[in-house]
Amino acid sequence: MDFLRPASWEEALAAKAEHPTAVPIAGGTDVMVEINFDHRRPEYLLDLNRIGELNEWEVGERTVRLGASVPYTQIMENLRAELPGLALASHTVASPQIRNRGGVGGNLGTASPAGDAHPALLAAGCEVEVESVRGRRMIPIDDFYTGVKRNAMAPDELIRSVHLPKADGPQQFSKVGTRNAMVIAVCAFGIALHPETRTVRTGIGSAAPTPVRAKEAEAFLTAALEEGGFWDSGSPIPPSVAKQFAQLAAGACNPIDDVRGSAAYRRHAVGIMARRTLGWTWESYRGNAHGSKGGAQCA
Amino acid sequence: MAGVTRTPTSLVQGGKTRAGIGESTLRPDGTLKVTGEFAYSSDMWHEDMLWGFTLRSTTAHAEIRSIDTAEALATPGVYAVLTYDDLPTDVKNYGLEIQDTPVLAHGKVRHHGEPVALVAADHPETARRAAAKIKIEYCELPVVTDEASATAEGAPLVHENRTDHHAGHVPHPNIVHRQPIIRGNADEAAKKADVIVSGEYVFGMQDQAFLGPESGLAVPGEDGGVDLYVATQWLHSDLRQIAPVLGLPEEKVRMTLSGVGGAFGGREDLSMQIHACLLALRTGKPVKIVYNRFESFFGHVHRHPARLWYEHGATKDGKLTHMKCRIVLDGGAYASASPAVVGNASSLSVGPYVVDDVDIEAIALYSNNPPCGAMRGFGAVQACFAYEAQMDKLAAKLGLDPVEFRQRNAMEQGTLLPTGQQVDSPAPVAELLRRVKAMPLPPEQQWLSAGEGADVRALPGGLSNTTHGEGVVRGVGYAVGIKNVGFSEGFDDYSTARVRMEVIGGEPVATVHTAMAEVGQGGITVHAQIARTELGVQQVSIQPADTQVGSAGSTSASRQTYVTGGAVKHTCEAVREKVLATGRAKFGTYHPAWATAELLLEGGKVTTDGGEVLADIADVLEDEAIDLELEWRHRPTEAFDLRTGQGNGHVQYSFAAHRAVVEVDTELGLVKVIELACAQDVGKALNPLSVVGQIQGGTTQGLGVAVMEEIIVDPKTAKVRNPSFTDYLIPTILDTPTIPVDVLELADEHAPYGLRGIGEAPTLSSTPAVLAAIRNATGLELNKTPVRPEHLTGT
Amino acid sequence: MRVTFTVNGRRQEADDVWEGESLLYVLRERMGLPGSKNACEQGECGSCTVRLDGVPVCSCLVAAGQVEGREVVTVEGLADFAKQRAEGGGCASGVCGTSVAEAQQWQARPAGSQAGEQAELSPIQQAFIDAGAVQCGFCTPGLLVAADELLERNGSPSDADIREALSGNLCRCTGYEKILDAVRLAAARGDSHTAGQGA
Repeated sequence: MDFLRPASWEEALAAKAEHPTAVPIAGGTDVMVEINFDHRRPEYLLDLNRIGELNEWEVGERTVRLGASVPYTQIMENLRAELPGLALASHTVASPQIRNRGGVGGNLGTASPAGDAHPALLAAGCEVEVESVRGRRMIPIDDFYTGVKRNAMAPDELIRSVHLPKADGPQQFSKVGTRNAMVIAVCAFGIALHPETRTVRTGIGSAAPTPVRAKEAEAFLTAALEEGGFWDSGSPIPPSVAKQFAQLAAGACNPIDDVRGSAAYRRHAVGIMARRTLGWTWESYRGNAHGSKGGAQCA
Repeated sequence: MAGVTRTPTSLVQGGKTRAGIGESTLRPDGTLKVTGEFAYSSDMWHEDMLWGFTLRSTTAHAEIRSIDTAEALATPGVYAVLTYDDLPTDVKNYGLEIQDTPVLAHGKVRHHGEPVALVAADHPETARRAAAKIKIEYCELPVVTDEASATAEGAPLVHENRTDHHAGHVPHPNIVHRQPIIRGNADEAAKKADVIVSGEYVFGMQDQAFLGPESGLAVPGEDGGVDLYVATQWLHSDLRQIAPVLGLPEEKVRMTLSGVGGAFGGREDLSMQIHACLLALRTGKPVKIVYNRFESFFGHVHRHPARLWYEHGATKDGKLTHMKCRIVLDGGAYASASPAVVGNASSLSVGPYVVDDVDIEAIALYSNNPPCGAMRGFGAVQACFAYEAQMDKLAAKLGLDPVEFRQRNAMEQGTLLPTGQQVDSPAPVAELLRRVKAMPLPPEQQWLSAGEGADVRALPGGLSNTTHGEGVVRGVGYAVGIKNVGFSEGFDDYSTARVRMEVIGGEPVATVHTAMAEVGQGGITVHAQIARTELGVQQVSIQPADTQVGSAGSTSASRQTYVTGGAVKHTCEAVREKVLATGRAKFGTYHPAWATAELLLEGGKVTTDGGEVLADIADVLEDEAIDLELEWRHRPTEAFDLRTGQGNGHVQYSFAAHRAVVEVDTELGLVKVIELACAQDVGKALNPLSVVGQIQGGTTQGLGVAVMEEIIVDPKTAKVRNPSFTDYLIPTILDTPTIPVDVLELADEHAPYGLRGIGEAPTLSSTPAVLAAIRNATGLELNKTPVRPEHLTGT
Repeated sequence: MRVTFTVNGRRQEADDVWEGESLLYVLRERMGLPGSKNACEQGECGSCTVRLDGVPVCSCLVAAGQVEGREVVTVEGLADFAKQRAEGGGCASGVCGTSVAEAQQWQARPAGSQAGEQAELSPIQQAFIDAGAVQCGFCTPGLLVAADELLERNGSPSDADIREALSGNLCRCTGYEKILDAVRLAAARGDSHTAGQGA
């Protein structure tokens, strides 16, 4: 095994071009587990810790450019207003120690369906900035996940950052685990209201081979909100609409039975989380803080 | 020895610490543990040491056709590769009671993760890579994984040609041991019942999940022997199993207890001990073995999973008429402690209740599942889960309050157990229930207490933000249990203590040396307290536990404070008599009290029981040291009759009651335990601070198996599916509620200071209390533990 | 490969480090600092928690090579670290900590040295002893590092804050009640200390 320590982003890209099998390591929270348990023996480890810009974020007028290695703790503490869904999801990642090391780049690189950031990234709608010596490109999040632990990146590419639109409405994130902290998702659900476009986006984690959006549920709800004039009136969402939304969200799942949970439970739980998070975001949109404050308080 | 830079050392406590028994006393190893200097078994280090690695079976049941180690052995940096063929003597198996466990697999493997080969190399990675080059040809065999498959016609036998002492009386070779208990006439008594309830209960496989992994260091000696530093629960039991395999006399296997990172039963069996010694003796170099967490799940036995069928009857005024039960424990591939677990499960299956007519049967299976053995609560845990569910069902059917119903049937001093043995010390079962019930309930909806919306940390789901109060329902449940203390069924349960008293720097100092495994429970603190109380000294030195002193028995069965504490007390008393005799000889003529009064040692002086000072101990002893090593044993017990289960099998009992308050997200099936109140009778709290710590820790392990902990074994392949802390979950601080503890002290006149073993009882009743509370919140029957979200949501 | 970094204020160097080794392994097996514990090696227990450039992390999940040139504080340096913080300074390089040579000769205190009474402890270490928060002690080093950092950020944490901050540290012995007691105790002593100074 060789340990590559590029001092700059350019050096990192060059190293990755020279050694496309090199495994990037930043927070180490996935890679080191695999090494400690002898699940993986990469030929090269490519350390990204010395590349300062990966740990930085820039808040622009409409978007946040979030460095791939910005630790979840920083997202929770500094980007709650701009990225509320991702901040909530960050807070559910593992433990304080892990949140101090891990970042969104790792979740994306590993592309496990259980990665906690994915539902929030899908719901927000974002682009992944990847780069190689051949050049830079932006991959829409909807095209990023291509299979179980597979993504749309080429072997010589590295993740530089994620470009997320600043929230234009309430966002929520909810995750089921069988422990009250430090738990991998049995399943998870993210929702973002986009009042500017009068649309709703969602993300589902751990309930399909890849993170997915509940597109039918989104389309149904977007239409129902529009038709009912809810965006303007701010009226409560009728239970029948919430119920239908929840059912469609559950229907978007394609889960398996495993040691963490049954497929049937995952479908059921995604439905419950969809209904609840819709309620919290909508109450927040209506200006009634009651629904969402709890989550926000701990973000 | 000279090269060992990290080994256990003696602990000296003196100075400001004066506490004798009954006072909360700080641990003598506390400072070393908070500074990181305490030498745990995985911290052992020796110049020039090698790393040992264990290659384990990847399949649960298979013939081994061939093993090829040539390539592994040729790897640079590898010093030895050992298989069964390299074992030096004819003794190739070990075991606590039945020697059925191969040191290294021979001919076949019987469970997933069984040790097959060993490697010693200069770096752990070298050892791992070499082990990966060992070629093993397996031929898969069908697996037996439950009672039906184990006892089916033509079932593969896990152990053929059994010759152990249980083989003759079991109904099938895949049953390790069977213990029926028949008393009265359950069928006749059932006719008096106004209500009868029955149920089938399932208890999942729990792991001890001690944090310090199996580890140790073996250093070859110049005399051909070996020094072994290891974390264990019972040095002399290890020694008895290790020495014959190595072909060494016991005195050439010198064992020293290193720091133990928790045990809970999981270190009662051997893990890496023999392996490290074999590699050290083969290579002539010190060898360290440290399991990682994945390997640890295969490196020790687990709590027996169980299926339990119960029938109880009661009259309409709430009196139990009879009980029938059948308890099937899965012992897995090797016997370990299964026979004793069967004895406990059967003899304590009725719980702390008066039932005269019983028909009980408990068995443990041999299967291809992971071996199961000792874990805190030891057979009594599984039974308590089932009988307490039955008590709630009966109370509900009779329209009685569940606590009131239990109290009407609670055993007390004088009650006869189903084994015919009379309970001859206080059994305040009804009182413990009264006490937990009387504690104030925690306020409702605490997640709103911050005043700014819901604090998810106080809600089911916790940080995962699953509810802000939606779907959340509170429930309250009660349970009580009975656990035996000490080794039962006729076992010669003794301990040994060596106590030395001498004058150092003008001050009398006591040195206590036992082989007791301090695994975190605080036994060493208690030994120092006893020495202070009995010998009137301030400064006590606790020697590291090793095999240079006689056996202390196991740190299990809640027995160490009773038995090794008893041995320390007994030896201190004998030392005291010698001090007094010396004093009489020297000073007896100066004061008549030397001959007539009851004399004590207190504050460094010989005093009368009236407090009059007769002499300084320093003046009595001068240069003389008094040094005694004595054994002490509790009252003998008897074996249970193999047909009727009758016999005075136990020596003491421990009782705890819990009240659980839970909040359940009924839609998502997530549980938050809000409070777990406990009341326990401890006889006499020698160290109140650590008594409470034991009760809270035991309570939390019971909580874990109620709502999250289970080793999941694939029923088709018998392979473990979740051997990691990612998927075997134990409670975090956010899962653990406040645990108010009410300690009752009703002395047992048969025990030293009236004390009662306390470590296990709280682990019994906390699980059924949590289950009862969840049932109370949801109205669901819930006959399996751990409760999973699927059970609560019907998915 | 060679790895050089600062541990408890002292420059440390390790040679022949295998590239897959974790910071935890290098501390324990190469630098004679076994205080950080190896309970799970997958970031699920917190026993190996150290401060890396001030931030609490699981040292089992940091590759040794990633620590090159950085600063690490382990439980062995916690008392000095807390003392220097209290005195308002950082850990001046080379003043605190132990050398590699010293560290490799590390030995638990010999008999007669009054173990348990002489060492100078940080407030959180003393509180863990006093509150009975230590049983087997294997989780203790990681909990101490995490709890010390919590109190550094938040001198009077609520119970929920304590639980959240320590939710990455598993303990199997205590049921956590006495650990909560210890953190409350350290916080209370810290409060009275600052109050006494009129701050």
